[in-house]
Formats: sequence, structure tokens, C-alpha cells
Amino acid sequence: MIRLALAFTLFLLAAPAFAISDPNEALPDPKQEARAVAIGEQLRCLVCQNESIEDSGADLARDLRHIVRQQVAAGKTDQQVIDWLVARYGNFVRLRPPFEASTLLLWGSPVLALAGGAAIVLLARRRQGESPPPLSDAERKRLRRLLDT
Amino acid sequence: MIPELGHFALALGVALGFAQAIVPLWGAHRGDARLMQAAPALALGQFLAVGISFVCLAWSSVVSDFSVLNIAENSNSLEPLIYKITGTWGNHEGSILFWCLILTMCGAAVAAFGAGLPSSLRARVIGVLGLAGVGFQLFALLESDPFVRLWPPPVDGRDMNPLLQDPGLAMHPPILYTGYVGFAVPFAFAIAALLEGRIDAAWGRWVRPWTLAAWCFLTGGIALGSWWAYYELGWGGFWFWDPVENASLLPWLTGTALLHSALVVEKREALKVWTVLLAIGTFSFSLSGTFLVRSGILNSVHAFANDPARGVFILALLGLVIGGSLLLFALRAPVLSATGIFAPVSREGALVLNNILLCSIAAVVATGTMYPLFADLLLGEKLSVGAPFFNATVFPLAVPLFAAMAVGPMLSWKRADLGAALTKLWWAALIAAAIGLFMATRAALLPTLAFACAAWIILGAAADLGERVRLFRVPLSASGRRLLGLSRGTLGTTIAHAGLGVTIAGIAAASLAHSSIVLLHPGQVAHVGGYDFQLTDLHDRSGPNYAARVAVIDVRHDGRLLTVLAPERRTFPVQQITTTEAKISTNGLRDLYAVLGEERDGGAVLRLHVNWLAPWIWFGALIMAAGGLVSLADRRLRVGAPARRRARTVPA
Repeated sequence: MIRLALAFTLFLLAAPAFAISDPNEALPDPKQEARAVAIGEQLRCLVCQNESIEDSGADLARDLRHIVRQQVAAGKTDQQVIDWLVARYGNFVRLRPPFEASTLLLWGSPVLALAGGAAIVLLARRRQGESPPPLSDAERKRLRRLLDT
Repeated sequence: MIPELGHFALALGVALGFAQAIVPLWGAHRGDARLMQAAPALALGQFLAVGISFVCLAWSSVVSDFSVLNIAENSNSLEPLIYKITGTWGNHEGSILFWCLILTMCGAAVAAFGAGLPSSLRARVIGVLGLAGVGFQLFALLESDPFVRLWPPPVDGRDMNPLLQDPGLAMHPPILYTGYVGFAVPFAFAIAALLEGRIDAAWGRWVRPWTLAAWCFLTGGIALGSWWAYYELGWGGFWFWDPVENASLLPWLTGTALLHSALVVEKREALKVWTVLLAIGTFSFSLSGTFLVRSGILNSVHAFANDPARGVFILALLGLVIGGSLLLFALRAPVLSATGIFAPVSREGALVLNNILLCSIAAVVATGTMYPLFADLLLGEKLSVGAPFFNATVFPLAVPLFAAMAVGPMLSWKRADLGAALTKLWWAALIAAAIGLFMATRAALLPTLAFACAAWIILGAAADLGERVRLFRVPLSASGRRLLGLSRGTLGTTIAHAGLGVTIAGIAAASLAHSSIVLLHPGQVAHVGGYDFQLTDLHDRSGPNYAARVAVIDVRHDGRLLTVLAPERRTFPVQQITTTEAKISTNGLRDLYAVLGEERDGGAVLRLHVNWLAPWIWFGALIMAAGGLVSLADRRLRVGAPARRRARTVPA
């Protein structure tokens, strides 16, 4: 908890009360604003710990929010806005890392984990599933004797 | 004098811990009953010693003894008494001591309640707990001594972080730590079983109540932490996929898996090796959760201990505990033979599926949390992994888990009829689908699916219960008798499963929330999600160690006054920190939530939310923990080995 608390403390130390302190920041068109929020939630505030620019109160986050809204208002697509920021800040700015060679293991982790689990189960079953050797003639005779009596 | 006494008691605890680690383990190895019998007394002694040490620290904090460095840095004479007490664990040194205290408490609990265990198993479990205790008490003594004196003492202390001065957060650490550390007991049982080279159904029965108890506390602790984030931080959010939160989720996920796999060991003597591995893994995640973050390796900003010496000590200790136990596992696991055979479609099969999916989710969360570090060190790439990644990867794994959850308890052991189980659930499936269709027009794909899953799980739990009491097929009074006759374990499962359904519904409803940030002057009204928020007044108020600015907001719906919210901004002069005090009014189905921001031009910036079903998130967690407690009250778990005892008392 302390860590949890400290984490948030540090967020708050960097930030005043809450992220968006200026109601005028939002775009007048609610549809565009919703899109800007959706884009902003995918972008990291570069000076904070794992916070999106929509959550952060840092000055940089405010500037980035402003840029995102400007570009959304200018009619750019979501991808264009994100590409524009990645071109300047690198992949570090994306909270959802791109799917490429260096993130193969990351995006592959659900599949790998499932495959690993399935492999363990199959191996265990095979080891366990080996059927016992067939009965010998002597055993079969004995069994018949037991069943008959 | 008192701090020195505490320091001495801690040293005494280390010495007793060494004895507790060596004597019983040696005794069990040699088969020496006298040495083994020393274990409970040593464990109680260690608990007493560390307990005295902790009380000394708490006392120094209560009397504001600022000649103790730790107290001078983290306390203040104006603080209310409760925060002077809770402040004992609200800082690095104190929290480590507290961690040690709970570990020794676990050892003492095994000593007190473990009379039914075979003496060699009990000696080994207590010995392993002693060994772990020594490691962390040495850390407290050598690297993070809470009793260091300061001369000359300052006139007043630097105060505790204002964010921690909150009743919810005062209770959070003890509960969360008990959960984390509680998994040390299943871990010790696993190590003891490896040393013994033997696991049977009885082992499964002994290990389950300890796992269950730790799991209840961890569930409560995580929920309390997230609730605090919701009402104290004032963002209206409750889970941020922050590394610190993920660190607490990981042992919860594997601990839940452990709970279910231990059941298979108990009932069917299968999955033994796997269960041992899970017990080791869960405690390893608990340790990493508490300490890796502090060692400075994962996310230095969160770390208390940026001091490299501390980090190295912690990492060495983690490596020793985790590496050592895995090595022992590799050497000894082949000795444990598997027995119980089962068909893929059976209760065991469903529990295996549960384990695969829970562990896969844990693997994804662990990978996502560690990946930025990994990419930076090995690939030289700076990456971020945040909420969008976790939402996209965890949910697809969780849906099959949720789907299987309702069916699993209806399957019989060994070999089951899936078709028959599903026929009993047709009405639950129908209602869940209807709810999904209803929500599809109002929410996005993920929340829609989550709503359907929630309904499916809750109704599935109800169907299972109805099936067991033969509801509507026998007279109601007979059903009632059957309900009272159900084993508490079965009842606990049903309750806990339904609780998860409630939590999922609460999380899914987050997508329906309305929020707005507005600048209001006194008298002005804002409309949010069908509710009218009117700012009526702004005034000042002074608290014991802070000054507050209060906004008074009337909330109306259709012109009817529902409630008055008075959110605050508190400024703590000693630490120069401002906190927001969100105010929430709930009716169980929706929260009205208001936060006060900056003031400008005579008006106030307010963040206003209408959060549908938000309380369900924590209410569901409470139900889950309650289910665990009901299950813990099961007679089979309370009475160690009833058959054996009764056999002795019955005359021939």
C-alpha cells in the first residue's frame, strides 16, 4: 500500500488537484472531444509514471492535450495524430506499444502462456495416460477364478 | 529508553529466528522428537520479540519522540492520535518492521493452530517460516533500522504524508500485508512437503485454510486500496494498471489459482507438483510485490529505498528465497508421484482450465509490467506499457474464465456430463444474453460482454445453489433444510463466485459513467448525466493540522433535492501539500461524485461525476472475501483430521 500511496503521491506532487483544471480546454464539439479523450488515453505523459496525458496534471501533458485537440479539430484521423506524436517522441509516448519485432514477446505473451499451459497439460496426460500392460495368461486365469467364485 | 528496548527486542527476534530455523529443521531431518517439539515455543517467542519491538516503535510515535529519526521524519505532534499509530507503518522502516511482525504472526499461528499436523511436517513448516523471518528481520536490523536516534531532536516532526492521513488508508496496509505475508504459510507447507518428499490429500486439506485466509485478506487489501484511489485521488478512476497495483494483482491471481488447485490435491490427490509450484510462485510474487518495487530496479520513482546498499540486500534476499526454493523444487519434485486420474470434462478438468487461464493472465500482467525494463536493458528501446495494453490482452483471457466459472462447480469429479450441466444453466444463459443485447445499444463491445459475463456468473452461482437445494422440486421447507445442510465450503464457493460477478458488473458500468469539468460561480448549475449540480457556497474551514476550502453543492434530479455534497481542498502547511477530498453520495446503484479544483474569477472549477454501479466494484470484493470466510468456517478445515481423532475416542 505504501508503495501504492507513494506512487500516487508522486503523481500528485507533480500535479495540482487534478488533470484538466481548465474547462475551456475541451473542444466545443462533444463528438470531437470524445475522440480527443480516446486518443489522449493512449498517449503517455512523458514526464510522469505510466500516466496518460488525459490523467496527468503536468504542464507537458496539458501541452500535448492541446496539440491533440488542435489536430482533431483540424480533421486529422486518430492514426495521423498518434503518428505525429510518435515521430517526435518515439514509441515511448504510446501506452499501447506497437506490434513489431521488439514487442513480439509482449503481444505474444497471452498466446505463449496459453500454449505453455496446454503443453504442460498434454505432457502430464501423456505420462499419466500410458495404459497398463495387458494381462498375462496367468493373470487372466486368476481373474476368471476370482470372478467365478 | 523505549526505542532501545525495541531495538534489542528486534535483535532478540533475529536470534530466536535462527533457532527457530535450525532446531526444528534439524530435528525433523534426524527424526528427533524433542528438537521438533521446540518449534512452537520458538515461533511464539519470535512473535513476542518482534511484537514488543513494534509496540516500542508505535509508542515512540504516539508520544512524539522526535529523537527517533524515523518519527521525526514521518510524524508531527499535531497529528490526530489514530494517524500517529497508523503512521508507524506509513514509512519504509516501519513498514518493513510491520512486515516482519506479520510473518512472525503467521509462524505463531501455525504453532498455535497446527497441533493436528504430523510433528515432522509442523516442525518443517515452522522452521521454513523462521528462516524467512530471519532474512527480513536482518534486513530491518542492518539496513533499515527504524530505531536510529537523532541528536539534537527537532522541535517538531516533518509530518506524515497527508494523502496517507485517511481512515481507509490507515486500514489498508495491515490488511494487504497480512494477505501478502499470509502466502508465506502455503509456501512453507510446499517447502516442507518437498523436504518430506510426500504430499497427500491431508496436505491439501491443511494447506487450504491458510491459503484461503491469506486470499481473503489480499482481496480485501486490494479492494481497499482501489477504493482509496477512487475517493481520495479525485479522478473517479479505481484501477490504473500501475506497476505497483500490478504487483499486488499478481499474487492474487496465482493465489486464486492455488486455492483451486489445492482443492484438487485435497479431493483427488492430483496436480500435486503443480500446486507446490504455485505455492512457491505466489509467495515469490508477494515478495517481489513488496520489495522489488523498493529495490529501485523496477520503477525507481516508486522506491522508498533508493539507497543502493538496501537494493542489493533486498535483491540478494529475493534471489535466495525464490532461487533456493525453485532449486529445491527442481531437485525434489520428481519424488512426488501423481495419482488421481480424471477425464478432461470433469471438476478437475474445469479447475485445470481455471489454473491455466489465471496463470496466463498473471503471465501477461507480469510480462507487461516488466517489459519496459526488459526492452530497455536488452533491446535498448524505450517503451511504455499502459492501461490500453492490459485492457486489450487481459480481457480476452478473462472471458473464457468467466464463462467456465458458472459451469465448473456443476461438474462432478472424475468424469462429468457437460451437456447435463449446461441444461441446468439454460435460463441463466438466456438472461445473460438478453442483458448483453440490451447493453449492446448503450455501451461498447467490451463493457457489453462484461455485463453479460457478470450476469452469467451471478445467475450461474444461483443456479448451482438452486440445484443443490433442489429448489421448486421439493417443498420450500425441504429446500431450506438442504440449504442449512450444505457444506460451508460449497456455500463459500457460490458466494465468492457471485461476488466476482458483482465486481465485474461494477467495472463494466464504468463505461456508462458521465463526467464533466465545469467552472461554476455560486448559484450556477451544471447538468451531468441527468442530474443538476448547483454550487451554493464556497467557504474556509480549519482542521487539526490543515486548512480547507469547501464547496457546497446541491444535487437535484427532476427538481428534487437528493443530497448536498461538500468537497474540499486541504492544504497541509508542514509538508506544503494540497490534497483533494472528493465527496461521494451513493444509493448503491450510482455514485454522485464531486471534486473541488482551482478557483478563478470568484468561481470554482469542479469535476462532477455520475458513476453507475461504482460501489459494486468494492461491494463485490467484500462478497468475495466473505465467501472465503464462510468457506474457512467449513468443519472439515477447522477440525484437522476428524476421522482419526474420533476413532481414538470410540471404545472398542
